[in-house]
Amino acid sequence: MNRARPKNLNLFTIHFPLPAIVSILHRISGAFLFLCIPFALWLLAFSLTETGFDNLQQIFAHGLARLILWLLLIPFIFHLVAGIRHLLSDIHIGDSLKMGRAMACLTFIISAILVVLAGVWLW
Amino acid sequence: MVKTVLSVSHQGLRDWIIQRASAIFMAVYSIALLAYILCHPGLSFAEWHGLFAQQWVKVLSLLFILGLLFHAWIGIWTIFTDYVKCFVLRTVLNFLVLLMLFACFFWGVLILWSV
Repeated sequence: MNRARPKNLNLFTIHFPLPAIVSILHRISGAFLFLCIPFALWLLAFSLTETGFDNLQQIFAHGLARLILWLLLIPFIFHLVAGIRHLLSDIHIGDSLKMGRAMACLTFIISAILVVLAGVWLW
Repeated sequence: MVKTVLSVSHQGLRDWIIQRASAIFMAVYSIALLAYILCHPGLSFAEWHGLFAQQWVKVLSLLFILGLLFHAWIGIWTIFTDYVKCFVLRTVLNFLVLLMLFACFFWGVLILWSV
């Protein structure tokens, strides 16, 4: 038996490929957005009454409220962008191994840009 | 009936199509609504209320909520099917999710009705 056979027991050298990370984050963000549905409906109901609308404007004048809204926008933006990538793969755009990696990378980049832009818009 | 509702017999292709169709609709709706908000800085209550008072906006919003119900149900069902191995627990969770989604749907209808 060859005793000098290569071993790879360092688990830190093994990790999910990028498309798998995008996929699992798509799932996690989706589950999180599901939990946000009642909150979004409450926001809509509240904003469609006159006093509620004024109250919301006062609430979002606070930096903390804007920060929370911005944090909630992150999973939304990511889910949207990753979902578009998913739809593109369905019609065979970027479903090769090389393009798949590039698209996964692009998903992160576009999401990050949109998140930053959302932050700029909120402040 | 119970098996169908709690989706022991989910149909793959039907789910797949509903998931994509609702996704496309919700993406377009969300982007359009965000674009509206971006185009109206300093949005007043009258403008916002007037937007949702229009019949076609109400119909599209209801379609959005309906799409969301289906989209979320298929997504959550898939997650539970993947990770919750215990049949009883999974069935109870699925039931609770359906209850919440239907409640949200009717709530959404009432919100838009009152505008």
